[in-house]
Amino acid sequence: MLKVNHISKSFGGRPVIENISGEFQKGKTNLIIGASGTGKSVLLKCIVGLISPDVGNVFYDLRNFTEADKEMKAEIRREIGMLFQGGALFDSKNVQANVMFPLEVLKQMTMEEKLDRVNFCLQRVGLENVNKKMPSEISGGMKKRVGIARAIVNNPNYLFCDEPNSGLDPQTAIVIDDLIGEITHEFDITTIVVTHDMNSVMGIGERIMFLYKGKNLWEGSSKEIIHSDVEELNDFVFSNKVMQGIRNGK
Amino acid sequence: MTGFGKYILFLGTLVVRMESFKTYYKLVLDECIQIGLKSVALVALVASFMGAVTTVQTAYNMVSPLIPRYVISQVVREMTILELAPTIIAVIFAGKVGSSMAGGLGTMRITEQIDALEVMGINSASYLVLPKIISSLLMYPLLVIVAGFSSLLAGYLVGGITGIITPTDYIYGIRFYFDDYSITFAMIKSFVFAFLISSISSFKGYYTVGGALEVGIATTAAVTTSVIAVLTADYLLAQLLYVR
Repeated sequence: MLKVNHISKSFGGRPVIENISGEFQKGKTNLIIGASGTGKSVLLKCIVGLISPDVGNVFYDLRNFTEADKEMKAEIRREIGMLFQGGALFDSKNVQANVMFPLEVLKQMTMEEKLDRVNFCLQRVGLENVNKKMPSEISGGMKKRVGIARAIVNNPNYLFCDEPNSGLDPQTAIVIDDLIGEITHEFDITTIVVTHDMNSVMGIGERIMFLYKGKNLWEGSSKEIIHSDVEELNDFVFSNKVMQGIRNGK
Repeated sequence: MTGFGKYILFLGTLVVRMESFKTYYKLVLDECIQIGLKSVALVALVASFMGAVTTVQTAYNMVSPLIPRYVISQVVREMTILELAPTIIAVIFAGKVGSSMAGGLGTMRITEQIDALEVMGINSASYLVLPKIISSLLMYPLLVIVAGFSSLLAGYLVGGITGIITPTDYIYGIRFYFDDYSITFAMIKSFVFAFLISSISSFKGYYTVGGALEVGIATTAAVTTSVIAVLTADYLLAQLLYVR
């Protein structure tokens, strides 16, 4: 389980997220949703330690990550896998080297063991015969899959996904969403997905946190979101006609 | 001053939370190929032209029949070893290697590749930048030696072909009153310039914020700042090391 306690962060005196608390459950796909500029990515970066919060703490299974020493932080980070918005694959390395990278630097394994693990992860995300391709030679959807394979290669306890289906066609976006959901349940990990895509919310959202102007305004499940009486949430969720149809039972 | 302070702190981060020796060994070898081997041809070409031009220009300006011809190659030798090889090649090095370092790191920053390293618990600055600096320190002095030889050889060939100076006079001038401290001085300069170019370019690239436009700006800033630092260091070293 992952817990955030009263997290606040400002940039240049302007608060971006304010006093956010919440729990993200193990074995479930936890979503952080909200409109652009509400601080979703900043919250995620605070959680993984890319940004230090001004106030508040992040707990990874009761271990205080925010106040941990360097060794403890490094230890916790070895349990983290992250999928970035653009994939963040290393341009100079091929697909195999990208996926193998966390094993190269963090684990003591033989080359054969590493290759087996890499091939297993690539197969798990539905990619075969792409080991020697460079990131520039594969599509956006494939990059996301390789990013997921790299994120899970180290057997993480926590998986973070920042806008996993941005820039993808609707069909590929659903495939990526499904993959994240399956991996979460299969490996029983704590997954946090930052998104503003309502297809993801309805498709894989088991626990949802809604941010509005940097504040945690609502928490619940994808079923509860339909019947919410929070005006700001309804404005966000039912801003497209498909969702309006779902609400009206059409 | 804020930028300078940030640069000093950046240098400090390179030597904390380091990876294993094996990891750096591989990275340094890769960088040596990128920085050193792939620059040899350009350096040799530029240095050859510098040597050839210096020979012709020196001969053209020496109109007095009282000055022996071997002075031409003596002048070429001194200029090559003291200034042309270490300093002018440093400008070329900043343009080729420094811009590549800044552009590469800047792109890694804006495409979140550096964030990906940090999330994995890797000290991204140390992992990405330290091998570049070590490789530059190893390869740049070698490039300066290549440049020196190329320049002197080109002067020899051009002098002989055009009849400006005979090969015998050229060789005599090269050896005449040769002070080997010049080589030591050139090597000290090479190490200082290599460190300045690689660390400043990496610093500019590593802290790129924004998008493609900012990567371009960082790359330009890397080259200009490196060149200014090299020229400033060149003057300071001349002042310091020639007081004997």
